[in-house]
Amino acid sequence: MTLNEMKDLVLKYVIKEYIDDDDVTITYETPLISSGYVDSFSMVSLLVFLENKFKIKIPPSKATPEAFDSVNSIVALVNQYLK
Amino acid sequence: MTDHPTYNELSRDFSWSIAEQELEYKPGGRINIGWYCSDRICLKGDPDKIALYYEGFGGVEKKYTFNDIRLAGNTIGSYLRGLGINDGDRVCLFMDRIPELYLSFLGILKIGAIVQPLFSAFGDESLFVRLENAGTRAVITQKKHLSKVRKIRAQLPNLEYVIIVDGVKASDLEKGEVLFNLEKSEPVENLDIHPTTAESPSVLHYTSGTTGQPKGVKHVHYSLISQYLTTKWVLDLRDGDIYWCTADPGWVTGTSYGIIGPWSLGITQCVLDSGFSAQAWYKFIEKHRVTVWYSAPTAIRSLMKAGDEIVKSFDLSSLRHLASVGEPLNSEAVIWSDRVFGKPFLDTFWQTETGSIMITNFPGMKVKPGSMGRTFPGITGTVLDPVTYDPITENGRAGLIAFKPGWPSMMRTYWNNPEKYKDKFVNGWYLSGDRASIDNEGYYWFIGRDDDVINTGGHLVSPFEVESALLEHPAVGESAVTSKPDEINMEVVKAFITLKPGFTQSPDLELDIMNFIRKKLSPLAMPQAVEFMDKLPKTRSGKIMRRVLHAREWGEEIGDISTLEND
Repeated sequence: MTLNEMKDLVLKYVIKEYIDDDDVTITYETPLISSGYVDSFSMVSLLVFLENKFKIKIPPSKATPEAFDSVNSIVALVNQYLK
Repeated sequence: MTDHPTYNELSRDFSWSIAEQELEYKPGGRINIGWYCSDRICLKGDPDKIALYYEGFGGVEKKYTFNDIRLAGNTIGSYLRGLGINDGDRVCLFMDRIPELYLSFLGILKIGAIVQPLFSAFGDESLFVRLENAGTRAVITQKKHLSKVRKIRAQLPNLEYVIIVDGVKASDLEKGEVLFNLEKSEPVENLDIHPTTAESPSVLHYTSGTTGQPKGVKHVHYSLISQYLTTKWVLDLRDGDIYWCTADPGWVTGTSYGIIGPWSLGITQCVLDSGFSAQAWYKFIEKHRVTVWYSAPTAIRSLMKAGDEIVKSFDLSSLRHLASVGEPLNSEAVIWSDRVFGKPFLDTFWQTETGSIMITNFPGMKVKPGSMGRTFPGITGTVLDPVTYDPITENGRAGLIAFKPGWPSMMRTYWNNPEKYKDKFVNGWYLSGDRASIDNEGYYWFIGRDDDVINTGGHLVSPFEVESALLEHPAVGESAVTSKPDEINMEVVKAFITLKPGFTQSPDLELDIMNFIRKKLSPLAMPQAVEFMDKLPKTRSGKIMRRVLHAREWGEEIGDISTLEND
């Protein structure tokens, strides 16, 4: 899977699961946590999605609001744990 | 070194009339929280003082003077009256922490209607049960939350108006939906404040219990008396302070101490409506020169996790006083804050039902890290023997935290549920549902809940509600919900389920179940772990033994399992 394919996959999931308002535009750079689109409790389901989809294990210490704050930063984090 | 009166000085000859006199309230007279929080501050000579600094998503910044919030409250109140909203009607606030939330709170109270604040992250099922129970006549919301309201609207015959405060085109409105833009509305200079008195209902907050649906906790305008005085003494707010309460007004802290307390004292407060990040929070404190900060242990532990180095990047020298609420504040957090901020977070204990702080650490009091503190003056508290319900007189022995009824902000009933309300009292004591011990100096030490309610990040989640919602998932046969330990949130929801025939456990199914609950109830209620089981532990009569699962998660003794069903 290319980097852009990974980003698209995560972006589609975020839009489908966390964004209720059809008029909101989410890009790779849109702040997700700090803008309140994804709250800290919901971050756990996003983490489970990433671990399931990419067959990786992200240590709790690395699953920080900063690391999950955009599709770009999420994919960068995932990349560190892909074999 | 302290300029504060001692605990004994404040307790001596204490009477709630101290607050009545300071607020110039005469028993039997009119008392309206909306008026006290805005008009009165203007009449006292501070119309141009900043009441609210607001920062929202995408860097939006706004500020409002006390005259601005007076006018906004009038304008919203007048608009609601124009729709036919009357005193006693329930008006729900279902919004993020945008200015309209705070300003509508005042407007609703000014016309004598009852504010029903609900957490905007609630899913449609959570929203429905609360609106249905309250018989809510109007919901004030935002476009981003409209889809959840629309989904349940047809099942709510009492809900006449859905008022949207932003972003919807008139052509997109459905029947019963109206658009209200505060900034484009003509400010209403004079509004006839509804002549509410002490026992007039004011705020209806919902809270979760072990069994049954959430309960609507009814408060009255007289609650102002204890909210005012506890804000002044415990949060130590003074003229010139910049105050930040990080709680969402969907929960009681966000209204008692995020609106009523500070504004009735004429204090400037700040609101940051964005997700949590240590950097953003410290930047906010630095930028607004926050002096008093009221937050929650979950947030404090998250800041601890972010480390000490980041603190050094910001000038936080404006901070004068820190307090915490929502769940027990662990001693490590108290010691950490003292080290990095130069002052400890002082723990406070109270509940939706109590309406104001009951057990607390006062500025000037000796702080015992890990202790909840002592009862606020005027509050008679004890711990009761769990069997006899008699007060325990031995120091250090665990019992049920209980209070003598009669403080001003005590709930008046559970909405449409007087039986549950009666159940909260035994032998003339109000039972808090929490357990603690009291030491030889009168300090309370928290032990835990006395029921199965889960306190996650300072918010109560009913295992019953989650179990019921789980059963609506097509794959779930049976469900049991308990808590599991969590480093940041103290505890989080964990679900144990059996699957219906034809379904197979998988990581994707686990995620699907998590998201199902998150959308239906709320992110707080979402199980952070799902365990698939062949069968759940049950009594021989078929009742699920939640405590067996709880004990396993927490590494505790399982206790008596003589009634456990055998294979």
